Amino acid sequence: MSDLVEVRAGVYHDSVSLMRVSQALAARTDVEAALVAMATELNVDLARDLGFAVPAATGGDLLVAIRASGDEQLEQAAAELDRLLTAGSPGGGSRARDQLPRTTRSASRAWDATVALVSVPGEHAFVEACDAVEAGLSVMIFSDNVPVELEIVLKDRARDRGVLVMGPDCGTAVIGGAGLGFANVLRPGPVGVVAASGTGAQQVTSLLDLAGVGVSHLLGVGGRDLSAQVGGRSTKQALLALDEDPATELIVLVSKPPAPEVAAAVQEQSLAKPVVRALLGPGQDDLTTTVEKVLGALGVPVPEWPSWAAENPSVPGGPLRGLYSGGTLCTEAALIAGAGEFTDFGDDEYTRGRAHPMIDPALRLEALAAVESGAVLLDVVLGHGADPDPAASLAPAVAGACERGVAVVVALVGTEGDPQGLRSQAARLNEAGAAVFTSNAAAARHARLLIGAS
Amino acid sequence: MTLSMLLGEPRVITVGASVLGEALDQQAVPRAPVDWRPPLPGTPAALARVLADPRRERANALAVGRLLSARPRLVDVRPARDVLGLEPGTFFHAGPPVTWERASGPMRGALIGAMLFEGLADSPEEAERRLAAGDGITLDSCHHHRTVGPMAGVVSPSMWMLEVADAEHGGTAYCSLNEGLGKVLRYGAYGSEVVERLRWMGEVLGPVLQAALRRTGPLDLRSLIAQALQMGDELHNRNRAATSLLVRELAPAIVEAAPERAAEVLRFVNGNDHFFLNAGMAAAKVSADAARNVPGSSLVVAMARNGTEFGIQVSGLGDRWFTGPAGVPDGLYLGAYGPGDANPDIGDSTITETVGLGGFAMAAAPAIVRFVGGDVPDAIAATTSMYEITLAEHPAYQIPGLGFRGTPVGIDVTLVARTGLLPVVNTGIAGRVAGTGQVGAGLVTPPAEVFTAALQALTQA
Repeated sequence: MSDLVEVRAGVYHDSVSLMRVSQALAARTDVEAALVAMATELNVDLARDLGFAVPAATGGDLLVAIRASGDEQLEQAAAELDRLLTAGSPGGGSRARDQLPRTTRSASRAWDATVALVSVPGEHAFVEACDAVEAGLSVMIFSDNVPVELEIVLKDRARDRGVLVMGPDCGTAVIGGAGLGFANVLRPGPVGVVAASGTGAQQVTSLLDLAGVGVSHLLGVGGRDLSAQVGGRSTKQALLALDEDPATELIVLVSKPPAPEVAAAVQEQSLAKPVVRALLGPGQDDLTTTVEKVLGALGVPVPEWPSWAAENPSVPGGPLRGLYSGGTLCTEAALIAGAGEFTDFGDDEYTRGRAHPMIDPALRLEALAAVESGAVLLDVVLGHGADPDPAASLAPAVAGACERGVAVVVALVGTEGDPQGLRSQAARLNEAGAAVFTSNAAAARHARLLIGAS
Repeated sequence: MTLSMLLGEPRVITVGASVLGEALDQQAVPRAPVDWRPPLPGTPAALARVLADPRRERANALAVGRLLSARPRLVDVRPARDVLGLEPGTFFHAGPPVTWERASGPMRGALIGAMLFEGLADSPEEAERRLAAGDGITLDSCHHHRTVGPMAGVVSPSMWMLEVADAEHGGTAYCSLNEGLGKVLRYGAYGSEVVERLRWMGEVLGPVLQAALRRTGPLDLRSLIAQALQMGDELHNRNRAATSLLVRELAPAIVEAAPERAAEVLRFVNGNDHFFLNAGMAAAKVSADAARNVPGSSLVVAMARNGTEFGIQVSGLGDRWFTGPAGVPDGLYLGAYGPGDANPDIGDSTITETVGLGGFAMAAAPAIVRFVGGDVPDAIAATTSMYEITLAEHPAYQIPGLGFRGTPVGIDVTLVARTGLLPVVNTGIAGRVAGTGQVGAGLVTPPAEVFTAALQALTQA
């Protein structure tokens, strides 16, 4: 075995590109282990756990750790690494790269944009978003870990200029048919969505799409927007904008339960169009029920939500383990199941220095492999931006769990138009032994039945 | 409210994870990617704080607006003792304040020469002794007195100064007369030919220029600089076109004002391609000074070197200097000189870069790119990269080769910290040993820490 451990000072690549590079290297038959990542504490620990001797480094440095079967193989892997890193950089390197704008400010001066999509690490996101707002652009902040006081500064500035801040921690938006962030392929239609919850909005719009109802725009506002501190600053703006929007006939507001005084303030806004509220919480409708109400309001019949049954073993008493990538889906499932241990792998604490679980399945697969008995409930979210083939890594892990006697239930959030293929993903997960539901609520109810909870 | 974003076809700027940009490409959504990289180490929290400052955006617009709208005019030529109230034994110098102990070779050489010129010492040794003792000697930064000086930038009472007034905002700035190249005071030479030339400049050149200028009336330097840029000058290391234009403006009046001295004066000015540099520097200084003291502004209003340190001043931070060690320029050397002979970076001439000329306007001056060790694409890349760290493009100073795009003007401390791109500076190189003179010319990079220190100070301002 030969190890290569290198710290490249000041070399930056985003976490998703690096994850792909790591995966490509690890896939080589003569490579035992490969970790190419920014040298954050988390990643350095990962490398040390793999037995690499990592020298001192900071989060601004690139960490390269490769273990191959021999020196020659290591050399080949290192050459492949350099090729992958160059290929991944914008413009392919050299002079072309020199001429790309280096800030959002600079890009907005050189090019006539309508919106900016910011997904740099959280501590830098405010600065780039500021550029967008000052240039008169609405901005979606996909990044999380942005301090709330900066969120407020930004949203006040945006309001003064008549632009919208979507985020921070905004996972999805659809603007005039263009999906930003994690976005399902939705048919155009009359429903405008304001969402303080990314995966909640994806569930709602995917089910609407499966029922044949399209979406005009989906405006994310960020998970904290309806908190007492932020006070619904973006939600109010987004509701007014959709009220003015000629393509929108009905508005759906999707959120975790808002702070009561904020809910009241949002409710006071006088809007000309009907608003259906999906405020997930104890005693509230689940997301599927809300969608069914929307369909009722539009006079569209409620279809049978697609599902693929499996021979799940009955596992009375559980335990039930919920392994989620979507926070709202996780909350909804936990509320419905009424028991079990639920983890949201999309939470800030799991995403510092690494990609979201909808892109990088590693942590969730690890957790799934550790389940020895009872039932597992997990979500798979399709659409642009998400893992191009989640079943590829998940189906074998599901099959393994089923072999251990674990009952596996999957909530598959997606549409017929999604690039991964809703039906083929469902079929592969189902063949591996999982019961698959397009409604998260239905999936959670099924899991509750399996563990025999009342 | 109407959101313009919802009206037309979405066009997206993407900054961050490439997978999200690629997702837009798959949907055929037009987009412009940003080549984002982390900011300079230790700056993220300060950047967020300064960008969150509610004053910043308007303050920067005001400050850079004042810089851009300045209308510098050459109004007079007068002795330093009259215009600056300089007393014998008091000397101004380039860059942030420096003491004799910390002064580099060329700075010491120039001070020695100025002592000899003012008759305060009879020999270089005596001058050095008195300067070292500090006896009756006061040193201060030119920038503290609305003045700039190239290289060592030493100004003494008997030197004649170009006086430039800003017709827009009413400021005034001064710079000495340019002595030419080679063995000259500003490069630290102090031999007898240096002192004799200074005498002639005080007795003949200064008074003749004064008389000529009083005949022509004020000379519009904004328009002259705009023309020179279109004639291949970048106004720091190339001033050939600007000098020619200046001679053309002044020659008839020089002949009329002093027929018997006109030939030697015109021959001197014409023999020095850098004669205009000092007028350009005063024009730059008066423009940058117009942008000073705007609370909340992160605009750089001075970059200057004293041969030991590189310093900057920032509009929202008053007269405070942020300094770091001056680098050694990378360039071409004259004759047998080499990098080992070079002194660290020196001079106030970086006031040209401060207002978007010099290294920032390299793309306008293809004729000198090889002189500073590069090729034409390098020059274009240098100018192009400076748009990343500047607040504006100059409405009057344009670069023909870039489609008459305005020069990049107004360095923003936050943009330097964000991009890690440091101002590109063209410069002459002085010999490190006092008395040597010029040894070359090239490019130099300011120390990054002056910008990060100023950024930290802005969080407290």
